[in-house]
Amino acid sequence: MNTTWRFLLALIVAGAISACQSTQPEPESVDAPEPTPEPAPVEEVTTVAAPDPHDYSDVRNFDNSESLLSKRVIYFDFDKSEVKSEYRDIVAAHASYVASHYTSRVTLEGHADERGTREYNLGLGERRGNAITGLLSAAGGRGNQLDVVSYGEERPVCRVSDEDCWWQNRRVEIIYTAR
Amino acid sequence: MDYKKMRKTVYALVFLVVSQLAYAKLEIEIVQGNASALPIAVIPLQWRASGTPPSTGVADVVSADLYRSGLFAPLAEEDMVDRPVDAESIRFGTWRLLRVDYVVIGWVNDAPDGNGYEVVYQLFDVHTQEQLLSQITSVGLGDLRFGSHRVADAIYEKLTGVPGAFATRIAYISATGEGEKQNYQLFVADADGFNPQPVVGSPEPLLSPNWSHDGQSLAYVSFEKGNSAIYVQNVATGQRELISSARGINGAPAFSPDDRYLAMTLSYSGNPEIYVRDLTTGQKRQLTQHWGIDTEPVWSPDGQWIYFTSDRGGKPQIYRVEAAGGKATRITREGDYNARASISPDGSRIAIAHGLRNEYRIAVLDIDTGRMRTLTPGVLDESPSFAPNGSMILYATREGSRGVLSAISADGNVRQRLILTEGDVREPAWSPVIR
Repeated sequence: MNTTWRFLLALIVAGAISACQSTQPEPESVDAPEPTPEPAPVEEVTTVAAPDPHDYSDVRNFDNSESLLSKRVIYFDFDKSEVKSEYRDIVAAHASYVASHYTSRVTLEGHADERGTREYNLGLGERRGNAITGLLSAAGGRGNQLDVVSYGEERPVCRVSDEDCWWQNRRVEIIYTAR
Repeated sequence: MDYKKMRKTVYALVFLVVSQLAYAKLEIEIVQGNASALPIAVIPLQWRASGTPPSTGVADVVSADLYRSGLFAPLAEEDMVDRPVDAESIRFGTWRLLRVDYVVIGWVNDAPDGNGYEVVYQLFDVHTQEQLLSQITSVGLGDLRFGSHRVADAIYEKLTGVPGAFATRIAYISATGEGEKQNYQLFVADADGFNPQPVVGSPEPLLSPNWSHDGQSLAYVSFEKGNSAIYVQNVATGQRELISSARGINGAPAFSPDDRYLAMTLSYSGNPEIYVRDLTTGQKRQLTQHWGIDTEPVWSPDGQWIYFTSDRGGKPQIYRVEAAGGKATRITREGDYNARASISPDGSRIAIAHGLRNEYRIAVLDIDTGRMRTLTPGVLDESPSFAPNGSMILYATREGSRGVLSAISADGNVRQRLILTEGDVREPAWSPVIR
């Protein structure tokens, strides 16, 4: 599990670097004599201007809409707690942040839609929170950094009885109590 | 301004005041009637007590109770051609002509000690002219309405053979406001929805009220500390005790029939399991052990079994396990989703929230035969709660985006809505019979 995650993490980091390259202005790319990336200028750029959105150890990315760290809600299928593939990158981004900031603390708030009974939905919300915790700790997050609170169906963000609303309510909110 | 207009304005003002007084009052209507309802005339009881009689008299309350049960068709007061007070003045022939089968007469006088009232009443069979009931019900000052429910209980029992459940109470959760202004309250009201009293309020969610069998206390779940916690609170004194606030879920409290134990759902071990806590010693033992969600425990009336919801088979279904511990067996078979059992007072049936293809309705399962019957027509019905005499099931349903309470007779023939005038109402719990 751990090695798989390290591999995934490496992939993400590699992806981040290549993404950085592609977003850099390349005015004379045809004539560019040195195609190899230089880490130093990249660092200069990130410290002077906007944060590198793919640097998931950078706290400024929480408010950077370009960065996955700014996405902190994960959605689920009905009566399910598997983290869907489209949300894995978001969770991985938070995993790298949490793993690189041992003083950060995260509360995973689990929620369910209104269908089904309230107490069962408390269980379901917790199971969803645990699914995210599992991924975060597998990637290096420590137990004392992570906490799960389930609200079941008690705190909907949308109050209409149809699927347009329900999907928004079946969620885990990743809440940093300390960054 | 002419007199008529002024009178209209006064009426409007009175109506406004009355509707203000009726805040949080539950309204009742029969959605689906019963053709075989017993015709009965409850004659307004003569007021012989000191002071002024209440605007809603004993007879009004008794008639309304009997009507609500669906088993009676009380005669409207304006159709009463005659208002006898004692047995000698009942003209049975007149009542027969009005197609009334039973007549209730009587009066209210001061209690001998001056501290309250006595409701003196008699029940007659119009056809045999036989006196079926002759009783004196003593009530304290300010308890005349609740005392009237006791009168209705006695009449109901005499004529149906089943103890009445009118002199009982219901607990429920009401949520008002949204976002920052969200407020949750646990209410206790008379079984007819009158006299709602807030037991506890919180800006954080409240859920799962459960009555002790002595009718004195309520166990419930509150998020006031940021996470779920279980409390037991004395309804009369307001005194409360924190029972559990462990890491994870603290939910679904359920008193044992002798009120000595509290079954509950705790997830500090990693996933929701059912525990039984001895309320005297504070010791608890784990009843279930499974990776699935085990929750919503309820005790059989004899205390032998605990029924609960588990998704150990893939989807939520009802299981039961001996309260002393052992292997759990599955009880429900039909449907995608069967949860939150309420057990009939004789232990033979369970009412459940039954989900099938995205619709959630209240169903009743006969435990021995396995026969299941869906009773309600809603799409998001949940939280069934049997009346202490087994005659009705109270449950939560939706009207638009608002939660309301409904009650349905256990045979499914009579349905009524109890609407709170304000807020999103849910999770009704019917009290035991209060002696």
